[in-house]
Amino acid sequence: MRTPRWVPVFFIAPAVLVMAVACLYPVLAAFQLSGYDWSMGTPWESARWQGVGNFVEAFNNRRVWSSLWTTLLFAAVCVSAEMVLGIALALALEQKVRGMAFFRTLFILPMMIAPIAVGLVWRYMFDAQFGLINAALIAVGLEPKIWLADPLLAFIAIVIADIWQWTPFVFIMMIAALANVDSSVIEASRIDGAGWWQMTMRVKLPMVMHVIAITLMMRLIDAFRVLEVIYVLTFGGPGDSTEILSLHIYKTAFIGQQLGVAAAISVLLLTVVAALSWGALRLSNPMKDDA
Amino acid sequence: MKRSPWLVAAHYGMLIVLALLCVAPIVVIFATSMRQQVQIFSEPLNFIFTPTLENYRAVLVEDHLDRYLWNSLFVGVVSTVITLVVGCMAAYGLARFRFPGRHTVAYTTLLLRTVPLAVLAIPVFMIWNQWGLINSLWGLVLLYVGVNLPFTIWLLYGFVLQVPVELEEAAAIDGCGPIRIFTKILLPLMAPGLAAASIFTFRIAWNEFILALVLTDRQTRTLPVAATLFITDLGVDWGKVMAMASLIAIPPLIFTFIAARQIISGLTAGAVKG
Repeated sequence: MRTPRWVPVFFIAPAVLVMAVACLYPVLAAFQLSGYDWSMGTPWESARWQGVGNFVEAFNNRRVWSSLWTTLLFAAVCVSAEMVLGIALALALEQKVRGMAFFRTLFILPMMIAPIAVGLVWRYMFDAQFGLINAALIAVGLEPKIWLADPLLAFIAIVIADIWQWTPFVFIMMIAALANVDSSVIEASRIDGAGWWQMTMRVKLPMVMHVIAITLMMRLIDAFRVLEVIYVLTFGGPGDSTEILSLHIYKTAFIGQQLGVAAAISVLLLTVVAALSWGALRLSNPMKDDA
Repeated sequence: MKRSPWLVAAHYGMLIVLALLCVAPIVVIFATSMRQQVQIFSEPLNFIFTPTLENYRAVLVEDHLDRYLWNSLFVGVVSTVITLVVGCMAAYGLARFRFPGRHTVAYTTLLLRTVPLAVLAIPVFMIWNQWGLINSLWGLVLLYVGVNLPFTIWLLYGFVLQVPVELEEAAAIDGCGPIRIFTKILLPLMAPGLAAASIFTFRIAWNEFILALVLTDRQTRTLPVAATLFITDLGVDWGKVMAMASLIAIPPLIFTFIAARQIISGLTAGAVKG
């Protein structure tokens, strides 16, 4: 079918234009800004060229390194816990039962409501004086804890909130993947005498490995983008024990007023996320030329 | 193979426990929003109380936060409509036509989807200042459309591929132009995809916090930004905070109960064929 030249342009141009203006251009501007020293409220012409100065300053800052470490640790702990829990629960509950649609609806609620609301409710529940968690600890005879004032406990708190919000995602993905496994393969392995454990490890999991890999990538990318829940739950504290990179960037830019340095750290974070995204695209490109 | 009733019971038992874990914090939001400050402080574990709408009245009427509710609705609805129209066209263009630069557009779109919003906040603050878009709801709308388009295009692309191309070819033979094919044939068949995409887009625009925090002022704040105002060094007015959190949570909850199937198909699209 011959289509005139203007047709694809007509359909694509508006989206390309908006994404270029409101997404791509800002990202490129972050790269540019990372080379300058610019203060908020002053004209851009007054910005001074720094060369790699901002990067040097960022890399010499202990807080940047500790924040990078916190981010990596947070992503590793949350994502591995979510993957293990999500996969295990999906394997235990993959059999079709009546009313599963209703349960799935309840399971996606944590990821549908606003991260701000999630952060607020966990902050309330972890509150040392009025929180439900301490009240429950006291009720069963345990010591209450000052959750959000202790570096380790605060880190555990942000991990718990993330696990609560995102384990259902892994679960839903795995249930969908397992439902798609060809039942004749399962039947064949049963006839060959495979037990539950063998069937799971040797047949089912290998057959859904592709979905596991994509889910892992999606969770990792999102774990590096987390900001809002931690912003309200701990705001990075106590000290900088829960200050992930996104939050550090925000504070450097809008509290410390060091926009150039913040942009340099942004470039660092973008590099990590871009590498993960590239890996995800290699695994599964939803727009590859299969048509 | 028939499963023993004990196994089935255990299965349901586990599902119920998991569902309670998922729902409990959300129930806490609504329950706390309907309690008086005194009760919240004195007896946190007492779940039997007379519900009151006093906190809602306080935030909406006394603190005049209703304005931010309307801001949020405006930004959510307008950016969703624009994103859907523009995104649907782009998904159609990418899925059905081969043209130079198609790969570049597709790859850039997919990569843009993963940019952390904190990274975006700094340059956008600078650029929106230069363009006079700061502290304006339209500035926020433009940004949310840009941020939402990558996912929307990616999601709708899959739905376009599911529409049999023969329908469009038949219409073309009958003398339909490309724009009429798009509006008369494709759009009606993509209704489920559009429903999923609109929920995801609205959810992002409605829930988003960090960009709104940076780009708005007293007049143009959205609800999530306003909700954090109650957290001060002097303490937190939990009743009011949770009333705000409930207002923020209600629309996504409604959408989830209406369209869980579409949401789940949107979540698993691309990874799981089905």
